Amino acid sequence: MHPRKKRLVIRTVIILLLAAAIGFTIYQIFNKDKTVATGDKAPDFVLTDVNGHQVKLSDFKGKAVMLNFWATWCDPCKKEMPYIENVYKTLNKKKIVILAVNIGESQFAVQNFMDKYHIDFPIVMDKNRDVTDAYHIGPIPTTFFINKDGEIEEKVVGSMPSEKYIRQKLSEIEP
Amino acid sequence: MSQDIVCDCGHKNPEGTILCEACGKPLKDDETKPILNMRYEGSARRSQTYKKTPIDKIWNFFSSVKVGITLIILVLIAVAIGTIFPQDVYIPANADPETFYKDQYGILGEWYKALGFDHLYNSWWFVILLGLLGLSIIVASIDRFVPLHRALKNQKVTRHDRFMKKQRLFGVTLSNSPEKQLEMAAKALKEKRYRVKEEDGNLFAEKGRFSRWGPYVNHIGLIIVLIGGMLRFFPGMYTNEVLWLHEGETASVPGTHDQYYLTNHQFIFQTYDPDDKKYKEALKDAGGAIAKNYQSNVTLYKAEGHPILGEEPKLKKVKNAGVRVNHPLKFDHYQLFQSDYRLGELYKMNFKLIDKRNNQPHGEISVNLFNPKRLYHLGKGFRIKLLDYFPDFYFNKKGEPASKSDNPNNPAFIFKMYSPDHPKGETNFIAIKKNLEPLGKNDYKMVLSGLKTRNVSGFVVKRDFTIWIVFAGAIIFLIGVAQGMYWNHRRIWLKRKGDDIWMSALTNKNWYGLKKDLHYLTGESGLSEPVDRLEEKIYRQERGMKA
Repeated sequence: MHPRKKRLVIRTVIILLLAAAIGFTIYQIFNKDKTVATGDKAPDFVLTDVNGHQVKLSDFKGKAVMLNFWATWCDPCKKEMPYIENVYKTLNKKKIVILAVNIGESQFAVQNFMDKYHIDFPIVMDKNRDVTDAYHIGPIPTTFFINKDGEIEEKVVGSMPSEKYIRQKLSEIEP
Repeated sequence: MSQDIVCDCGHKNPEGTILCEACGKPLKDDETKPILNMRYEGSARRSQTYKKTPIDKIWNFFSSVKVGITLIILVLIAVAIGTIFPQDVYIPANADPETFYKDQYGILGEWYKALGFDHLYNSWWFVILLGLLGLSIIVASIDRFVPLHRALKNQKVTRHDRFMKKQRLFGVTLSNSPEKQLEMAAKALKEKRYRVKEEDGNLFAEKGRFSRWGPYVNHIGLIIVLIGGMLRFFPGMYTNEVLWLHEGETASVPGTHDQYYLTNHQFIFQTYDPDDKKYKEALKDAGGAIAKNYQSNVTLYKAEGHPILGEEPKLKKVKNAGVRVNHPLKFDHYQLFQSDYRLGELYKMNFKLIDKRNNQPHGEISVNLFNPKRLYHLGKGFRIKLLDYFPDFYFNKKGEPASKSDNPNNPAFIFKMYSPDHPKGETNFIAIKKNLEPLGKNDYKMVLSGLKTRNVSGFVVKRDFTIWIVFAGAIIFLIGVAQGMYWNHRRIWLKRKGDDIWMSALTNKNWYGLKKDLHYLTGESGLSEPVDRLEEKIYRQERGMKA
């Protein structure tokens, strides 16, 4: 190869290598704070409900799932609970599942809350917060709308404002 | 086509060469300068010669030492600013990083966070800065190393007269027996561990050439350190996580991808005994308790198989350990350090049921603040039902009791007390320093009768595969420094001109050392000692003489 051409190739390779190293590192930095977002596959999990029954997310394949993360001490969660309960009462349960994940609280706290707010929809308990961590939950409540293929269609952070709002979102993921 | 410069001696030099690589003849002679600039052997720095393509332009930019120094200064300024306020990993654990900087430090804190100084080493712009510095180091080194290596490899024994005359150390000896003197000179130089070459009766002695590679070895070390730093961002290469674990609890060890679990049996905090004869005086001077040991007694487990998220894993015991400060638990390249603790956190509260009328107790219950039971049987027709529990009690906007969080910072309880004389029960609300009877006067009351606390251990989990790379880089860096600093590249030329013997000498540093060698050489061979023309020049200048 002509020395000048060879030199150009070497220079190009070195500069591109460095650029790739910088680019990859920055990609990793932004990837590290990644949350579970729209379009991602919802991570599968197994948790037990207040009655000790195991609930596995992947068992609902073929149905749309509304997955709500909450805690008894969280006021915005309390606000949306009656809306969810009302939607649940008239839900087509063959097509749509509503599942709420309590974050790290005792059986007593969850049961008491369910009695107080007359909640019938299934609540599972994430005692060690493993699922909460895997879903990178920040502020609560956080609600995921998951389609029948297990993909997240939408993530709502904060209290959902009305029954109508929830019905609207559910109709969008209904298979 | 490259424009090779052909010297009188016949050697082909690359375009831009200042001194002929072979004989040293000044190709771009500046007659006004009495001493040659020997930097980079007068070779052509590549960046100075090809400037056509955009790649060349980028290359030339980063080849500049000025650019390199500028980048170093920018990095230094950035890390200096990064120490003004704490980094985000060091702000209090309960502080919200979103608001902490603004609340604590005002507008400057807000900018600090907005510009990414709060997590400086993970800021994209800081990473770019380091990357550009890396590019600058590599480009500038290649640009100087290649031509320097070429020039030193091509140097010939016989040097051009002008090259000889324009060295800082130069001298002429009028000799009666030049052959003999040169022979003795060669012997003396070999004794001083010079590599001596001979050509047409001329001599060239050289030693310590490898010291010229010091800066480049040093730069390779720096690049390896930067690579080590970069690898920290790669998955699995670097883990640094915090784990808080209550006594009696088991949790997945963060950073191990649920492979390992840890049970904290007990946290021990020991202080030196103030009555100990050995330490009595010292402890008095210190004025108080001095910590002797922080230790967590733990059991490490490995999860079998790959349990689904949330599933109770099957745990197999790996080992028991007492984790002390600086004595981490080591497993699978991980290190688990004892790093923090909290003593005496509320765990259980005991209450006695008392008949207010005669102060007669009717049994005691213990309420686990993290997992309370609903019903407590006391026998003889007495039982207690926990109606509600507020771990972090306050009155909300509606004036109802509520909880701010699930941490038992301020626990409050509503009990229903069933007794033979009150089969429908009486209600008692209890919080810290509060004992209310919200539904009318009661005959019975619950009285706090005991507390059970437990300690919390704070662990740091580390796994670092990059540290050895950084370490190797640092060692290479130091080897480069030593190579360049403690060895000198010394060269001596002896050229025969009839009965005259010309002598020139050059070193890259430590001229005193070179002169000592020359002193020995002239002593042994009878040649006259060369004059340091730089010293002579200064001597003349200081005395107002003509140079």
